[in-house]
Amino acid sequence: MDSSKMIHSVTLDKEKCVGCTTCVKRCPTNAIRVRDKKATIIKERCIDCGECIRVCEHHAKKAVADPLTIIQNYRFSIALPAPSLYGQFSGIRDRNVLLTALKRIGFDDVFEVSAAAEAVSAATRKELQRDDLPRPVISTACPTVLRIIRVRFPSLLPNLLPYRPPMELAARWARARAVKQTGLKPEEIGCFFISPCPAKATSAKMPIGTVKSAVSGVISIADVYTKMMPLVKKITEPEQLAMSGVPGVSWAVSGGESMGIGDTNYLAADGMENVIRILEALEDEQLENVHFVELNACVGGCVGGALTVENPYIAKARLDRLIRQAAPVLPPDDLPDWDLRWDEAVEYAPVMQLGESVAAAMSKLGQIRELETHFPGMDCGACGAPSCHALAEDIVGGFSTEDQCIFVIREKLQKLIEEQHKAAKEDQE
Amino acid sequence: MEPLTLQFPVSTEDFSQAGLASSAVKRTLKDLGFPNSVIRRMAIAMYEAEINMVIHANGGMITVTITPEVITAVFADVGPGIPNIDLALTEGWSTASESVRDLGFGAGMGLPNIQKYTDRLDIQTEVGKGTTVTIEINVA
Ligand SMILES: Nc1ncnc2c1ncn2[C@@H]1O[C@H](COP(=O)(O)OP(=O)(O)O)[C@@H](O)[C@H]1O
Ligand code: SF4
Ligand SMILES: [Mg+2]
Repeated sequence: MDSSKMIHSVTLDKEKCVGCTTCVKRCPTNAIRVRDKKATIIKERCIDCGECIRVCEHHAKKAVADPLTIIQNYRFSIALPAPSLYGQFSGIRDRNVLLTALKRIGFDDVFEVSAAAEAVSAATRKELQRDDLPRPVISTACPTVLRIIRVRFPSLLPNLLPYRPPMELAARWARARAVKQTGLKPEEIGCFFISPCPAKATSAKMPIGTVKSAVSGVISIADVYTKMMPLVKKITEPEQLAMSGVPGVSWAVSGGESMGIGDTNYLAADGMENVIRILEALEDEQLENVHFVELNACVGGCVGGALTVENPYIAKARLDRLIRQAAPVLPPDDLPDWDLRWDEAVEYAPVMQLGESVAAAMSKLGQIRELETHFPGMDCGACGAPSCHALAEDIVGGFSTEDQCIFVIREKLQKLIEEQHKAAKEDQE
Repeated sequence: MEPLTLQFPVSTEDFSQAGLASSAVKRTLKDLGFPNSVIRRMAIAMYEAEINMVIHANGGMITVTITPEVITAVFADVGPGIPNIDLALTEGWSTASESVRDLGFGAGMGLPNIQKYTDRLDIQTEVGKGTTVTIEINVA
């Protein structure tokens, strides 16, 4: 893909960056380098996972979502809250309070994404009954997981569940409903996803498996949180806005999606490191008897998303309580029978590949390995690259120089000093 | 084109390290742009042969040679050797100990799977001296 057309939600605040390389080392796709004392993101490689936002102690990495004012561009605006929102608030007994508060910060209506999640679960249950699918089927709800598979685990592409995420279904469903209710044109209705993560913000602008997103904008949970806070305590008679039951809301935590598939042979893993380990194992066919794999890039699931405010475990505990106290909600009866299926193939994005052909890549790798012998192999990161291997790769690609390595510099310096000593001695004699 | 050679010593001190060499090779093959099917077959076969070195032979040395046309991996150990190769190649045959089985290994499908996924499997072995397993996958 043309990198100038790539849209990312994770960006750098140059002022705040101290060039410490913390994020460089934690990036799962080796997409960050420190150059001229500031971090830079290699666009082609970034998967918007938000890991760098989480690890940066200087708050120099941030996610750009849309400002709340975007809703004014539409005649009718609908908030689509991800269920992870509900875990952010303490002391809530009825999630209608939260939904009402959300509506009152400026929306005309609220439509729970968890309702769409339940519809996705129902479809997944059917899909899993087909016996012509490669097993295990891998969930595609977390766009970060989808993106890492696309750049690093292409052999697993046939195993992906080819469904749009609940966010997309919710937007289509909510808009259709609003058209009926208001008589407005579809384009006059704005559907705004309230997001736990930058990855989903990116997906609304650059969807995967969907030609055009139905989401009009993405607002971060952190942004609505501060606006909802003062309202929450004042609401005594909430509107009845909840639309989904326990299964849908459970999607906010790791294992929640699996609960809804009606098959106990599932595996749910969360946190980037675990996700990668499972993908490696799947690729090597080391996992037997697993029918469905749910992977969430964030620790704990979406409650651990980089745009949330609360610790994921606290949020999960609160969600559990909310779920238990919730009265069962009947599924909405106007569930659209649109095809949930992707309308665009998801293909391998070979951004990690070294060359156009195997031969070209091999000659590059030869050069890289030769260069690596000049470096200490400590992966210290002082050069701004995540490893000695990555520095060598950057040099071969023309993006860096050997002098970036402090060990190379030290050796050069030592030689220089020795030569000077020698010269001085010779002068004396 | 100069073939590319990678070497990995395999130790048995830490079971959680088993599979590291096959992961590293898999990564290199991806960086080099080999077709998915080749990478996948190589990964499965290498993982099995690496595990065998760990659970049956006290580790050893893996040498991988890569050219655009063919990928070869040699697993050399100085372990107990294999008394009967035909038996070892039989699906479900395993001499793995109880403790190894408890770790989830020893289903007896390693060598049969290697045979299934590779284009060439060669086993040189001498009881009491060691085993050298060579596997090969043709790219085109
Ligand atoms: N490197 C090796 N050294 C000694 N014996 C081996 C080696 N590799 C395989 N074997 C023998 O062959 C048998 C079958 O191997 P395999 O098909 O991988 O099954 P498993 O490893 O599950 O036992 C092993 O149980 C073992 O007896
Ligand atoms: S786990 Fe959820 S919050 Fe985290 S990246 Fe994936 S979709 Fe976003
Ligand atoms: Mg085996």
